[in-house]
Amino acid sequence: MKFTDVFLQTSTKILVFIIMTFSIFILFAGHHNPGGGFIGGLITSSALVLLYITFDLQTVRDIIPVDFNQLAAGGVIVSVLTGTASFLFHVPFLTQTFTYVDLPLLGNTELASAVIFDLGVYMTVIGTTMTIITSISEDEK
Amino acid sequence: MSGSGEVVGAILILIGAIFSLISAIGNVRLPDVYTRSHAASKSSTLGVLCALVGTLLYFLISDGFFSIRLILGIFFVFLTAPVAAHVICRAAYRHQVPLTEQSVQDELKDYYMENENLEQEDKAYLIEKEIELQVTEQV
Repeated sequence: MKFTDVFLQTSTKILVFIIMTFSIFILFAGHHNPGGGFIGGLITSSALVLLYITFDLQTVRDIIPVDFNQLAAGGVIVSVLTGTASFLFHVPFLTQTFTYVDLPLLGNTELASAVIFDLGVYMTVIGTTMTIITSISEDEK
Repeated sequence: MSGSGEVVGAILILIGAIFSLISAIGNVRLPDVYTRSHAASKSSTLGVLCALVGTLLYFLISDGFFSIRLILGIFFVFLTAPVAAHVICRAAYRHQVPLTEQSVQDELKDYYMENENLEQEDKAYLIEKEIELQVTEQV
């Protein structure tokens, strides 16, 4: 029996945007405020789970054609490369730095290399969570 | 720092707490899933909203700090709580959770019998329940 619920589907279309925006806010706020890559990744995957509950597994897979295994692997690679990049400047592994840059739209902004590491964590968390959930939710007969 | 922020925040949070208490009492006192969901979704949503607005106004007046996250939280609770109640009630109805005995009317039943692809035994169960109700009414 196909499950369709107009209330749930319509509100999900609005809610997913709010949750995604909030997760990206949390990801970038992690440097000075509570938050960071791990919790941001979990919030993003909760938005994706909401999509999976409301719509079909196959429909969501068509809309978001991301291989979550590869996303998790890519996140680990990004994090490791951020760590090893410090060897280029003859400083120890995983050393971080920050600088102030004048960006065209945002003005004087602090850019920290820890954000790239956090981005790797974020991708890994999304990839792992979604791999677990999609692999236990579908059952091939 | 003035005292007015504290007064406004305290009053709103107190109203929110009272609404939450009323919601909890309704959850205990009401007889079936549908009326309980009515109590749990509406008044606890209002309670949470009052508490959040109170917090927002407190920080706005006393510290001059405008929290976008609280606005987002208010909007989010306002949007999700009724939908959650709707989904729970719908699931309950589709599993033939009975209405309380005091209830007089079930307007969804005819539509549901006609338009949903029910399993044969579920349909038989519904018809049986209807006959039972009619018998008790006649007695």
